[in-house]
Amino acid sequence: MSEVLVLVDHVGGSVRKTTHEMLTIARRIGEPSAVFIGQLSDDAAGALRQYGAAKIYVVDPNALGPYLVAPKAEVLAQLVGSVTPAAVLVSSSAEGKEVAARVAVRTDSGIITDAVDVQPEGGTPGGAPVTTQSVFAGSYTVQATVTRGTPIIAVKPNAATPERAEGAGTVENVPVSISSSAKGARMTGVEPKKASGRPELTEAAIVVAGGRGTGGNFEPVEALADSLGAAVGASRAAVDSGWYPHSFQIGQTGKVVSPQLYVATGISGAIQHRAGMQTSKTIVAVNKDEEAPIFELADFGVVGDLHTVLPAATEEIEKRKG
Amino acid sequence: MNIVVCVKYVPDATGDRRFKPDNTVDRAAVDGLLSELDEYAVEQALQIKEKQGDDTEVTVLTVGPERAVEAIRKSLQMGADRGVHVLDDAIAGSDALATSLVLAQALAKVRSAGGWDLVLCGMGSTDGAMGVIPAMLSERLDVPGATFGSSIEVDGDTVRIRRDGDTATVTAEAVLPLVASVTDMTGEARYPSFKGIMAAKKKTVETWSLADIGVEPSQVGLSSSWTAVESTEARPPRTAGEVVSDEGGSGAKALVDFLTSKKFI
Ligand SMILES: Cc1cc2nc3c(=O)[nH]c(=O)nc-3n(C[C@H](O)[C@H](O)[C@H](O)COP(=O)(O)OP(=O)(O)OC[C@H]3O[C@@H](n4cnc5c(N)ncnc54)[C@H](O)[C@@H]3O)c2cc1C
Ligand SMILES: Nc1ncnc2c1ncn2[C@@H]1O[C@H](COP(=O)(O)O)[C@@H](O)[C@H]1O
Repeated sequence: MSEVLVLVDHVGGSVRKTTHEMLTIARRIGEPSAVFIGQLSDDAAGALRQYGAAKIYVVDPNALGPYLVAPKAEVLAQLVGSVTPAAVLVSSSAEGKEVAARVAVRTDSGIITDAVDVQPEGGTPGGAPVTTQSVFAGSYTVQATVTRGTPIIAVKPNAATPERAEGAGTVENVPVSISSSAKGARMTGVEPKKASGRPELTEAAIVVAGGRGTGGNFEPVEALADSLGAAVGASRAAVDSGWYPHSFQIGQTGKVVSPQLYVATGISGAIQHRAGMQTSKTIVAVNKDEEAPIFELADFGVVGDLHTVLPAATEEIEKRKG
Repeated sequence: MNIVVCVKYVPDATGDRRFKPDNTVDRAAVDGLLSELDEYAVEQALQIKEKQGDDTEVTVLTVGPERAVEAIRKSLQMGADRGVHVLDDAIAGSDALATSLVLAQALAKVRSAGGWDLVLCGMGSTDGAMGVIPAMLSERLDVPGATFGSSIEVDGDTVRIRRDGDTATVTAEAVLPLVASVTDMTGEARYPSFKGIMAAKKKTVETWSLADIGVEPSQVGLSSSWTAVESTEARPPRTAGEVVSDEGGSGAKALVDFLTSKKFI
């Protein structure tokens, strides 16, 4: 079977769940090869093998220099040239999509982004990838294929349930030569963000989000989130007001989440917000306006003031958990 | 300096967006407008122009059907200087790679005409929302790319952007010429003023065909795209569930009962 290249999504060397998902998807289409840009630790190699990586291509990050995205894409495009894989999978983050876009141009290949599922054609293992995307604010489901070149697919978090499978994970170091044109945009500063200690927004099973209705006080939102083991999200109104960082924004210009449970509090439910949460399994809303559009899509709603409903609910949950 | 802003004409997101039987977007069903996310790019171009002084020219470029000229008009009303509309029936149904080819060829023509130093894009179109065209243009034009700027600043021939990522905030710089894209974090776009609306009437919009920019019709369009949409299906609309009011403080308990019944607790 042909190789399927999976660009490993990791933070500071520790492999993210999206990578396990992509390796799981890769096995449907061919033999997964992980491409790791960074210093490969034993832990990281172990994680990649556990999810079936037959090969691990390692790229020395120092060889790429302090430049934005382009060098990563160049190495990946070089690998596509030498390996001729059945497909390339990257995670559908801002950076992942940029890598994918550049590789697509360089290898003259079709690209599909934001895939929420990838299956082999006809359900036959080893078949060409058929992707599922959710478009128009989640109101349509679209299936697509790549018809030219190597399918380059950017995969969203939670696109598959990670399944373990032992892979040989043979390590191969990739020689790197970066052209001068990939060195055009140089990073001058990197300021890591503090971890919130909560689950990652796009990976979380439960998300509790707050909007303008919080009036700037996110404490009740965070407390409810913590009682449920949930991630915290925010509407753009809350982000624009400076109440919560942009990386927590849900919607068209923020994150698109699809958790088991989404709790919208003090959020009206504008189309641009819905674009980021409409495909959640279960939606619950708390809003003091019974006419708020969010109730049109909520499986359960409470008309009330979030500043009293949320703390009471948190207390009740803690009590029931014992 | 010369700036080209790439703007897209998109179906209004608040309308009932649909697909046609051939699985392309039904652009006639819903009114179109200048993609709101591209307004931020126009705004940044105008702010750069204001800082640079009057010899800076802002050209807006769009690839799209007849009515896409409305996206150019709006940009001109905001203050851009001139427009270029690439219009050709053969373009219909193009995917991102094909669209980027057309844009890159048009930009190459602008380059040979008066040139450009900076190409500015939005972070993503509000219909396709892939956010990949700027990176593709950087590759095709072989100039550096700095995407998803939450701020952008031009200082001589150096451009600095700030990128507010998930795990880190990154600052980067590049030397012109450059392709950049900006996010909605760069700040509200201006509304066209009455004066701007009047002035826009006198500004020129050139219309170019594929032949004008040296693209063969067979290189673009639905049948020669790099991807194919196999099927489109409307998701059943979500229906409203039970809504209770928090009378006498009963809301929280009802909420927790619901969560318990769904096994979230
Ligand atoms: C191009 C574009 C992109 C956009 N992208 C996004 C995006 O990514 N994400 C996003 O969220 N928005 C986005 N928006 C903005 C969007 O249109 C809405 O303006 C925004 O979602 C509104 O946020 P909100 O619901 O918090 O605020 P509002 O619409 O003001 O709603 C606040 C709600 O809180 C309720 N409320 C007030 N007080 C209380 C209380 N004490 N208890 C309970 N309820 C209370 C009110 O009844 C109201 O329903 C975008 C807009 C544009 C044009
Ligand atoms: N047809 C088009 N004409 C002009 N610019 C476009 C077109 N399509 C996309 N763009 C530009 O590319 C950006 C990203 O678009 P996309 O990759 O389609 O999400 C947009 O914000 C525009 O700046």
